[in-house]
Amino acid sequence: MARLALRELCGYRSGDKGDIANVAIFADDDETYALIVREVTAERVKTHFATMVTGRVERYEAANVRALNFVMHGALAGGGPSSLRADALGKTLGGALVRLEIEVPDAMADRRRARPDVSWADEILG
Amino acid sequence: MPDVVVAGGQGFYGDTPTAVDALLAEGIDYLCLEALAELTLAILQKDRQRDKARGYTRDLPSYLERALPAVADGRTKVVTNAGGINPTAAARAAIDTARALGMTGLKIATVVGDDVLGRLDALHSGHGQSFTHLDSGEPFEAFPGPALFASAYLGARPIADALAQGADVVITGRVADASLFLGPLAHEHGWKWDDWDRLAAGILVGHLLECSGQSVGGNYSGDWWALPHPWDLPYPIATVTEDATAIVSKPKGSGGRVSTDTLRHQLLYEVHDPARYLSPDVVADFTSARFEDLPGDRVRITGVRGEPATDTYKLLLSSHAGWSGETRVAFSWPDAFEKAKATAAILRKRVEMAGLAVDEWLVEYWGVDALGGPTVPKTTHEPPECVLRVAWRSTDQRTAGLVGRELVPLTLSAPPAGLTGAGRGGGSATELLSIWPTLVDKAVVDAEVRIVLEEVQ
Repeated sequence: MARLALRELCGYRSGDKGDIANVAIFADDDETYALIVREVTAERVKTHFATMVTGRVERYEAANVRALNFVMHGALAGGGPSSLRADALGKTLGGALVRLEIEVPDAMADRRRARPDVSWADEILG
Repeated sequence: MPDVVVAGGQGFYGDTPTAVDALLAEGIDYLCLEALAELTLAILQKDRQRDKARGYTRDLPSYLERALPAVADGRTKVVTNAGGINPTAAARAAIDTARALGMTGLKIATVVGDDVLGRLDALHSGHGQSFTHLDSGEPFEAFPGPALFASAYLGARPIADALAQGADVVITGRVADASLFLGPLAHEHGWKWDDWDRLAAGILVGHLLECSGQSVGGNYSGDWWALPHPWDLPYPIATVTEDATAIVSKPKGSGGRVSTDTLRHQLLYEVHDPARYLSPDVVADFTSARFEDLPGDRVRITGVRGEPATDTYKLLLSSHAGWSGETRVAFSWPDAFEKAKATAAILRKRVEMAGLAVDEWLVEYWGVDALGGPTVPKTTHEPPECVLRVAWRSTDQRTAGLVGRELVPLTLSAPPAGLTGAGRGGGSATELLSIWPTLVDKAVVDAEVRIVLEEVQ
């Protein structure tokens, strides 16, 4: 077994409803989906976010799109209109979740999601 | 019944109206403009507090200026919840816009009745509405009140009704985002209000389209850098058949991408249980949808299942929650983080010495762990620079403003090298609003929902 950050395995998106944030992570194939279903439990996510999430974390499965959805209560220091956080709407929590490292079979240890190529930006910026 | 083409032309208050042009050129039956979020209602409340004639999203006229020529030609209709907490005022602005363009004869419908602020206590004490906090379970007695706004999330039905009455433009208050799209679909296809699977498919389509660019590559965590001309990201279109099969697409020749991957990112956006997505119109099972990539940036969606809607609407209440201020200061290498931390502590001490009462402090170190907090591993790596952001909450506006001023003398009297003011701070305080999500029986709300139809003269 090896350890790998979810960043190498999944896409992600997060958002808010009141003081609740949800983070969805998306696997690209069935094998990876089975792996994250096994490894990325609600408890593990709760532990990962530590003091950032004060309430419970629930997990939902959406197998049709190979996704897990984590609903995190007390995740936004009060929620959009009253939170003092720069990210009062939880938009960056998806990125924070895919830092989480999980156990993966050795065969998957070299998995890498592609890294950005922004050479077009260099062309524009000069 | 021919297919119905709906498009998501706006994803938030402040979105760009220019994206509407490409959608209209594509030939769409309905342009749906989704303008509201929880935070937006709070912004609109502050607006209405200053001027009773406000409380709607004031970019509505700039959208209508682009869309109304197509409406006048009978090519498209507009549905929007830009009415916010004052749909009547929004309709007035829409009529003024149409007049200014010389377009008489347009029929503008306003849906009112989502606003229950005036009868909140009566509903609680007289109609048995408990208004228990939806997340925390706290009783209404704990609501810090007085309520500043109280908006029920209405469904698609009044929109369909308004269209049946011949409306060209439908302006609502707090209609649920996805229902803006279901309204025209149900109206055109004659879907029954207990045809749960079709209603669920319409809600799913609405959910995919209501955040504009987010379904065509915006905020996309895949190979976002490889999307065609991302500076001109289009907004999404859905073509929906009578049996509720949908094809999501985008304007021809535009940037961005429509794929199962871009769409599934949006499918779960701000969703809790995806098998039970609670809309006012239906409980939609998003896990039942099948996605199929087609050539040319198109995705077919089939198989969506739904269950009967609940008897309640979501209701959002809000109350005053004090005043906030914030300041940001950039620190340079070396020891940028330590300097930032020391300055935050010095500021706190100075505020204490000045006798200013702060109820809540928040300190963030941008460039270190401001966004990731405890998920960021501790490291010995020294950041090349660090931006300190301090935010605070005080009971009164004046105090919240004065707190930031305690940072000013630190320009010459703080930890060394590079206390450069950056961003907000000092002086202006922002009002905070707390929100109280709850439920309200549909029957007591629907009893007062009305459609006002006005022809532009």
